[in-house]
Amino acid sequence: MSAMVDTAPAHPVAPARDEGRASAPWALAAPALMLFLGVLVIPLAMTVLLSFHDWGQYKGIEPVLILKNWHEIATDPYYLEMFGRTFRIALLTTLITAVLGAPEAYILNRMAGPWKSFFLLVILGPLLISVVARTLGWALLFGGNNGLVNKLLMSLGLIDAPLPFMFTETGVVVALAHVMMPFMVLSVWAALQRLDPQIENAATSLGAGSFTIMRRIIMPQIMPGVLAGAIIVFSLSASAFATPAIIGGRRLKVAATLAYDEFLNTLNWPLGAAVAVLLLVALVLIVVGSNALIERRYAEVFR
Amino acid sequence: MSFLELDRVGKRFGPTTVVDDFSLVVRKGEFISFLGPSGCGKTTTLQMIAGFLDPSRGAIRLEGKDLTAVPPAKRGLGIVFQSYALFPHLTAAENVAFGLEMRRVPRAERGERVRATLAMVGLEGFEERYPRRMSGGQQQRVALARALVIRPSVLLLDEPLSNLDAKLREEMQIELRQIQRNLGTTTILVTHDQSEAMSLSDRIVVMSQGRIEQIGTPQETYERPATTFVSQFLGKTNDFAAEIDRGTAPARLIAGSWSAPAPPGVAGPVTISVRPERIGFGEAGLTAAVVTRIFQGNHWLFQCDSECGPAIVIRQNDGTPQPAEGEAVRLTWRTEDMSLRARGSV
Repeated sequence: MSAMVDTAPAHPVAPARDEGRASAPWALAAPALMLFLGVLVIPLAMTVLLSFHDWGQYKGIEPVLILKNWHEIATDPYYLEMFGRTFRIALLTTLITAVLGAPEAYILNRMAGPWKSFFLLVILGPLLISVVARTLGWALLFGGNNGLVNKLLMSLGLIDAPLPFMFTETGVVVALAHVMMPFMVLSVWAALQRLDPQIENAATSLGAGSFTIMRRIIMPQIMPGVLAGAIIVFSLSASAFATPAIIGGRRLKVAATLAYDEFLNTLNWPLGAAVAVLLLVALVLIVVGSNALIERRYAEVFR
Repeated sequence: MSFLELDRVGKRFGPTTVVDDFSLVVRKGEFISFLGPSGCGKTTTLQMIAGFLDPSRGAIRLEGKDLTAVPPAKRGLGIVFQSYALFPHLTAAENVAFGLEMRRVPRAERGERVRATLAMVGLEGFEERYPRRMSGGQQQRVALARALVIRPSVLLLDEPLSNLDAKLREEMQIELRQIQRNLGTTTILVTHDQSEAMSLSDRIVVMSQGRIEQIGTPQETYERPATTFVSQFLGKTNDFAAEIDRGTAPARLIAGSWSAPAPPGVAGPVTISVRPERIGFGEAGLTAAVVTRIFQGNHWLFQCDSECGPAIVIRQNDGTPQPAEGEAVRLTWRTEDMSLRARGSV
């Protein structure tokens, strides 16, 4: 009621000012819009265009529009294998972070004040360190005969040969899960924050045991958080470069490292662009698709 | 005929005593309110009955059996939380059915009881709604139905109406009272709202700083408050310092220019408590001046400056002319309308 009274005097002068107001949002958004166009849309369009250009060992890039690169990607099973590996690694990483990260977030949420902030820092700590440094840490622990853990296990006589870690998919997945864990924990933690603090007591008073409370009450409510975290982790893992480059190396290529090599080693920019564009399109489709599914599933409950 | 018994229950968190020496006997079917300001220990006491907290001292017995030995999930109490604590991912019917599922009630009977309980709280046709799509009052009803459907031995209500607006709160009070009467469920309500406690309860437990100030019917606690705290907390009250004059025979009770025959058995300086609605304007009595006069529809509220300090007077708007602001008046009341306490007692 009072709001209506407040805005009423503004009406008589409205027509003259409305025109100015209509263009104001555009003017205000212009700087950000220009930046968006300049650094994202235009380079992206150029990359897409580049993927249709021709390339030869001696002639370099020829600005023509042909489907050669796309044809090569579609027919050569090497690319299928490489993309399969990329998404397999991303999926496994997502599963591991979900299975470990969700309980981690729950325990973190139950902790008392000072411990909570301490362990939150421990969980977020990896984000403050360069991905390269973190990944090289894994290499120091498991890298061949000289890896710290391998040395220890071998000198204890528990294993005869060093554990295969470097240049294996397992190694890439483990290192990636470590790098991605904070994103999952934070996402689930945000969902836990929205939980009614009395909800467990309510379920207890109705006769539910702790396992039932977890399965029937807590899990369904933090599921949107887990799924949101999964989308973040999946897309970051599928497009990750540093970790697969260090652990996987040249032998175990994923989409990002392959695109890098095409650009900087083979100098076949058009093919690298095609790989990059395909990765982008596949990721966008997967993320948008799963997001739509999640929204539809939880619309009734959380909107 | 004790049903629920709290025997010298106490709770300490580290060095702070939150509840001290709490003894109460609740009869079957009774509606009890724990009334007090925030931090008085009323919610802590409720949580000890519910089993979310363990008492540091004392015993809680239900039908003679020690309740503290029973885990909270097995106590079979119905609880309505201040925030309702509904399960947001379940529909209204699923929320209500949860407690029955935990009790392994067969599906057919479960459906029937859920329907009947939702109907009882006035929510027919809302079975498939999710809590987020319901108003505060409707969520409150779901929470009540969820607590009642398991046929609890005791219903615990933790400030259940404090999130509702004034009009809805009044409606829910009446409804809550009717439902409780019909089912005969022993109920304990925690509230800081004295009018809510008075309109709902059979007996009120007034608490302050972890201690019981008074246990009594709403009328008793209002009309014969045991302590200054109770008289101040339950509605408005006037406290006047008075003396007993034993120099005359019979002895007289004197407050400023107001006096009356002294009741037997009282001596020394005393405090007189009179409710504002029990004070009238008369020919003789405490000398005062009207400071402000506020019209409140069915009654007038006067703030007066009297010989014995500020005084509040409430007069029914019965058509008789009322004194104006600034007018000199004499305040008078019947001796049976006041309560006397030795001064200095808390």
